[in-house]
Amino acid sequence: MTNVKVDAVAKTYGSTKVLTDISTDFVEGSFTSLLGPSGSGKTTLLRIIAGFIKPDEGVVTIGNNDVTNVPVWGRNIGMMFQSYALFPHMTIAQNVAFGLERRGIKGAAARKEVDRALEMVRLSGFADRMPKQLSGGQQQRVALARAMVIKPSVLLLDEPLSALDRRLRQEMQVELLRIQRESGLTTIFVTHDQEEALTLSDTVAILDKGRIVQTGKPAAVYERPTTRFAAEFLGDSNFLEGKVEGGAVRLASGTVVRTASMLPANGTDVTLAVRPEKMMISAGEPGTNRLDARITTVIYAGPVLSYLLETPDGMSVKLFAQNKDGVVLKQGDTISLDWSPEHTIAVAS
Amino acid sequence: MRSDSLLNEAVRGPSGPRKHRMLPSWVATTALLLPTYAWLTLAVLLPLLTMLVFSFMSATPMGKAPITFTLKHYRAFIDQPYLLNIGWTSLVIGFWTTLLCAIFGFLAAVALARATVGRMRETLLILILLPFWTNGLVRVFSWTMVLRENGFLDNVLHMFFADAGSISFLYSRYAIVLGLVHGYLPYMILTCYIALVTIDDAIIEAAASLGARWWTILFRILIPMATPGLISGAVLTFVPVIGSFMEPRILGGKVGVTMGTVIEDQFTQAFNWPLGAALSFTLLAVVLAIFATFSGVLRRGAAA
Repeated sequence: MTNVKVDAVAKTYGSTKVLTDISTDFVEGSFTSLLGPSGSGKTTLLRIIAGFIKPDEGVVTIGNNDVTNVPVWGRNIGMMFQSYALFPHMTIAQNVAFGLERRGIKGAAARKEVDRALEMVRLSGFADRMPKQLSGGQQQRVALARAMVIKPSVLLLDEPLSALDRRLRQEMQVELLRIQRESGLTTIFVTHDQEEALTLSDTVAILDKGRIVQTGKPAAVYERPTTRFAAEFLGDSNFLEGKVEGGAVRLASGTVVRTASMLPANGTDVTLAVRPEKMMISAGEPGTNRLDARITTVIYAGPVLSYLLETPDGMSVKLFAQNKDGVVLKQGDTISLDWSPEHTIAVAS
Repeated sequence: MRSDSLLNEAVRGPSGPRKHRMLPSWVATTALLLPTYAWLTLAVLLPLLTMLVFSFMSATPMGKAPITFTLKHYRAFIDQPYLLNIGWTSLVIGFWTTLLCAIFGFLAAVALARATVGRMRETLLILILLPFWTNGLVRVFSWTMVLRENGFLDNVLHMFFADAGSISFLYSRYAIVLGLVHGYLPYMILTCYIALVTIDDAIIEAAASLGARWWTILFRILIPMATPGLISGAVLTFVPVIGSFMEPRILGGKVGVTMGTVIEDQFTQAFNWPLGAALSFTLLAVVLAIFATFSGVLRRGAAA
């Protein structure tokens, strides 16, 4: 069931089209990440859903209500910000109770809701402290409690974990996911951190230059990117360019590469994407694609070794291998790579 | 880290043989604070001290009368009870001027801090600072042109209601307060503006997302968070206003007798400097007592 719906939304600032004809549905109870580089329009889209920005065109629906002309304070949204945005002059309890007061809930009833919300984020003993006495992670949990306590129709997260250090961020991801699952609240999450998007989301929407270029489950988007941009922005990719020839692709070097993707007509230019971790140092298995290349750089990253390679005709290729036997191959060695046609994806460039 | 090393460098001199360059920290602290205290001594303490000495003299030390030590000038409020009324007038004028400055100044500061469209902020800032650039005397006199009978204000009124009488209120306390508000508003706007621009937009957006309308945001978020700015603005307004004499004299006419004008008279007309000085210090004591009372209240308010 759809909970939040964005229909044909467009926004222009001066001569810059920030969003162009965005239409997407956010399923009830789902966790959706809007992922894209800065300037892709992901924050603008979130702020249009929140009501901070009015779209030039299009309709925003929350629940069954058209909220396009409803101001922020009337939309019943829960929002978290990168800077936590706690009210510094109020205690933690007063911060959490702020939204309840606006809804006419006061006194003992409010106190009970506040206690429950603080318990949910494991900050029960902190009700009477001031925000500046809390660590960044604790402040962000208060912000989550404050957003959740009003029982919002949708939870909007504007890069809420970006200001936290790595370990704390991972803890908060787990916490956020637990609370989101328990509450069954439709959640829209803006991030530029692809790993965060992959681990947290039910659905990932990739934005580029004000358009949604691909939407789907994280695994589907990662394994089957439809555009070169998606293949490059989400994870790493090697790109092989060639012409379609008899159901396969002939590269400029003459090497023929097979793919499981649907291909256009013979003679058409096509770009193939292959993930560096799907390539293997050759075991000579039949039925695979194969390339010879010379190692130019070996990068030791602990569990993974990355190799930068160059084919005889000057094409760069990247390969990630699990560190099973330590560094055996070295710069200058020529090796054969092979990979399955299943992992060779034709993408729009 | 970087600022630490910069500070060390400033205190100890640029890196070099540390052993020879390092100074004991009290020498460095004293050296750094010296210019400030020297200036304060010269500009504040010495003049005040001179006035304090004057206030205990029996006569202005320029005539032929012999000078003796006396406390009688500090009895002025007891010996001349009408001074109490004048003092009260000054406090009332100070109160209303500060209150009006706080209301209008805060709203103007909010507009200024939230103005993000194009060059709006620069334009508003210049409009606010304009009164500062004009001579105070000219500014106050121009109000007499506006407020007098058949002045600008009456003319405008008669353009719409030809039969209406005069609404001139020149030579009243209202006129004094109006002139003072006009002159001291920029202080309030600027101190509030400085407090308001430091408030993160996300805090206001968070309040709005939780259901707060503009008045809730104003009273629950902006005013409490900008209280330090309001307080410094109030101090910057109240103190000079209760000692002011130009506005009461020009805009107040007969009703414009305030502590400021009385003190000024002692120095320029009556040539009784000791009484003027003693009245000044009495006024200073009253102002400090008021601030001491209020700072206690405010501190308790901030802690709650």
